[in-house]
Amino acid sequence: MRILIVGGGTGGTILANNLARRLSSEIRGRKVKITMLSASDKHMYQPGLLYVAFGQMTPDQLYRDQQSLLEPGVDFYVDPVAEFQLDHNKVVTKSGKTCEYDMLVIATGSRIVPEQIPGMTEGADTFYSEAGAVKMFKRLREIEEGTIAIAVGVPHKCPIAPVELVFSLHDYFTAKGIRDKVKIKYHYPIGRIHTIANVATWAKPEFDRMGIEYETLFNVKEVDPENKVVRSEEGTETEYDMLIAIPPHAGMEVIENSNLGTGGWIPTDRHRLTMEGYDNVYVLGDTTNLPVSKTGSAAHFEAEVVAENIASIIKIGIPVKDYDGKVYCFIETGHDSATHAMFDYKNPPDLKPSSKPMHWFKMAYNQMYWSSVRGLL
Amino acid sequence: MSDSKVVDARDTFCPGPLMELITHMKQAEVGETIELLSTDEGSGNDVPEWVNKVGHELINSEKIDGVWHITIRKAK
Repeated sequence: MRILIVGGGTGGTILANNLARRLSSEIRGRKVKITMLSASDKHMYQPGLLYVAFGQMTPDQLYRDQQSLLEPGVDFYVDPVAEFQLDHNKVVTKSGKTCEYDMLVIATGSRIVPEQIPGMTEGADTFYSEAGAVKMFKRLREIEEGTIAIAVGVPHKCPIAPVELVFSLHDYFTAKGIRDKVKIKYHYPIGRIHTIANVATWAKPEFDRMGIEYETLFNVKEVDPENKVVRSEEGTETEYDMLIAIPPHAGMEVIENSNLGTGGWIPTDRHRLTMEGYDNVYVLGDTTNLPVSKTGSAAHFEAEVVAENIASIIKIGIPVKDYDGKVYCFIETGHDSATHAMFDYKNPPDLKPSSKPMHWFKMAYNQMYWSSVRGLL
Repeated sequence: MSDSKVVDARDTFCPGPLMELITHMKQAEVGETIELLSTDEGSGNDVPEWVNKVGHELINSEKIDGVWHITIRKAK
């Protein structure tokens, strides 16, 4: 049985390690072979980018060697897939190699596409890339007064990040002693300040307490860097001194180029996590078209389900588990407090009051991630 | 509405039905119609509110067996 995992992010790595442990005897007996193809020899802890943008972490702290995170039973190659040929159970890699499989897991993730919004690349800062986060911190240090506007593209990874950004900006400028000289204006695509109703209800009095201005039903149409104006599809506009964008995201180009899904998102069964039309192809994390948060947490819980099912198919011939839509999120509510939310397809999140211990736990998790991605947590 | 693309956003809290609709509207061509399925009680109000404000066309909105079926035509 040849299992091919395409993508070495959170979902792909947790899946590979979980499978390697479940199938260790089969791997030793050469009945199962697990191969991972990835675009990079490095693994990034992406949630850390928010800390980089506020000078609380440096980029080198976000990386580990991908090989060092994998169980010995996983054959790892830095050679991204250039073409999927699902009807022939094979992929062709960038280096020109052909790799055949019996079971395929696609976990290629997503990418920011600020270029989809005219002017956003030139006119906005963002913490959704390493270079962007460093640049954003340098810009923040220069701000003495003025308006910081926040604009949110759709779809985007980590839906809680825009709210965390607001809390962090408030604390950053409060600590600098210039909060009264800096106006923070938050723009959000739908008719409340967060897509999760309970989060919006919880965040609104917090925004009011911090003096955050907000405009809802604001979908970014264009950014005018010359005049420092951001305009919405809904016909409104805001002038800014610094614009911070949550850029729109797309799936990876290879997904669209192989005709696997519009926008790079693969049609996926919401419980079995198989690609529609292919029982031997699983999809994980950001790559799915599921109505689930594009977060490492979703990828983590999906990976555990897929690992258990692939192992059980090999051992007893059938899958044993359904994905229930589970997602768990830390929510940083400033530089010294946090809360958390957990939800699934049937149960909305029930937010608790923020606290310092939850922030400390989040700080600890930033290191524990490396155990988590090895499949040990 | 048999030609509409169906966006199944039932039983989802994040990113939620309206955010799902906005994602698919961005990918659609002008003139295409999308039927949104939602179990979020608020969709009956917040989807038409956004559609009207942004300037798309609301074709139909009805609740059947606890599920909102809202059809929108992309107008621009």
